[in-house]
Amino acid sequence: MNGFTKYFSDLFKGVSSLLKGMRLTSGYFLSPGEIVTEQYPENRATLKLPKRAKGEVIMPHDDENHHRCTGCGICENSCPNGSIQVITRKEVNEEGKAIRVIDKHIYHLSMCTFCGLCVKDCPSNALAFSNNFELAVFDRNKLTKVLNRPGSSLKKENKAS
Amino acid sequence: MSFNIYDFTSFTQSIHDGLSSVMAPGWVTFTELVIVGIVFLAFYALTGLALVYIERKVCAFIQNRVGPNRVGPYGLFQTVADATKLLLKELLMVHKADKFLFNLAPYIVIVASFMALGALPFAKGLHAIDLNIGVLYILAVTSLSVLGILIAGWSSNSKYSLIGAMRSGAQVVSYELSVGMALLTVVLFTGSMQLSVIVESQVDGWWIFKGHIPAFIALIIYIVASTAEINRGPFDIAEAESELAAGFHTEYSGMKFAFFFLAEYVNMFFVAGLAATVFLGGWMPLHIGGFEAFNRVMDFIPPIIWFFGKTFALIYIIMLFKWTFPRIRIDQLLTLEWKYLLPINLFNILIVALIVMMGWHF
Repeated sequence: MNGFTKYFSDLFKGVSSLLKGMRLTSGYFLSPGEIVTEQYPENRATLKLPKRAKGEVIMPHDDENHHRCTGCGICENSCPNGSIQVITRKEVNEEGKAIRVIDKHIYHLSMCTFCGLCVKDCPSNALAFSNNFELAVFDRNKLTKVLNRPGSSLKKENKAS
Repeated sequence: MSFNIYDFTSFTQSIHDGLSSVMAPGWVTFTELVIVGIVFLAFYALTGLALVYIERKVCAFIQNRVGPNRVGPYGLFQTVADATKLLLKELLMVHKADKFLFNLAPYIVIVASFMALGALPFAKGLHAIDLNIGVLYILAVTSLSVLGILIAGWSSNSKYSLIGAMRSGAQVVSYELSVGMALLTVVLFTGSMQLSVIVESQVDGWWIFKGHIPAFIALIIYIVASTAEINRGPFDIAEAESELAAGFHTEYSGMKFAFFFLAEYVNMFFVAGLAATVFLGGWMPLHIGGFEAFNRVMDFIPPIIWFFGKTFALIYIIMLFKWTFPRIRIDQLLTLEWKYLLPINLFNILIVALIVMMGWHF
């Protein structure tokens, strides 16, 4: 008798679950307000990407043209396919000590896999992702970028001494 | 019987008489065959195109996206672009495939579709053939497509195709039983297998209303079993796009693939059309026996619009099946048929026979 009732309860439970599913999808079918597709080239003016969207890698500079890159080279080491080249030079600072200063932070957009390891591993948070995703260019040389702007320098941290 | 439903037999008779006055009877038959062939080819192609577009749009709306909307206004020419692409593709011949059978398989599937479509009454008098064993003929002819699938799978000389074809063969052969018996309920109600007589008998109400619960159960069983017959929806294990690398039509490209593809969509149209004819009254407007004024109002809508309206409503339901439910395994599929659908069907037929004998239906 147990098998007999199980047969019918299986049948009715199955049918009711199918009907629940069909009601959900019919609801989606009848409500065009739920459409999530963005009609991309036409809605550029109103397009808003979330802050965590990964565009290209940039080095944020503040209003006084300061960045936070110390030239340590950790990003160059953690990049999985060598899309970053950090070129430094030696300078003498005010106290007379020889320090290392970033000369050029070369970023090969053509090879970048957008994995984000450089952004994550930078100890001074010098790198970030921008929301710019329209990166195609007609000249391959334009894909090799220098991330630190000309005339910029390391931001002086106020260290509590 | 309502008198303002236009009878197409006068139209077809006038064509026949016009032709007979010009040529010998043999030539008349030949010309009529050619005309019917061209009309059906055009209808087939147009229906295929429209249905592919409709499927993509319905699927997109169900999934909260937009579907094709770039090629032409609202993406209407998308299917034309797809058809052009398929026409221009190279027809690959598989290494060591059985050449004759490999080329034959798509044609068998298409021919089975055509033969079935010829028996559907689109409006009063508007059908290609009106056999007095209509339902039996349709069942016989739709069984031919499984031959095409098996031949396609075998002659492709590929293990995925063969597995897909074997599964499809098992599935189609099992579900044919359910389809036949679901149609049998309406044949019992009507007392005739001739499709035009079945439609005429629904003049005072569609069988789904007149036959209440058993007819409703039969309609549900028929739709489920037919979705399995045409290898569609949650039963598409044979062509399982994501599992068997397109199953029995993996090795086909270009126009031959287009034949399989088209045949699937036109089969869907045919199955919905047959359900509409047998259960929902075909081209017969919604009549409630005894409400004369209501019936007269309903008669204003031309019968062909009734037919296509009902067919497309059922097509929407079949598409909803595909995009709502996950694909079921081959053993679950066969369990569904042999353990659930078939016993319910048999009981249903018993009940219908009892009802017809006692005269309890409307």
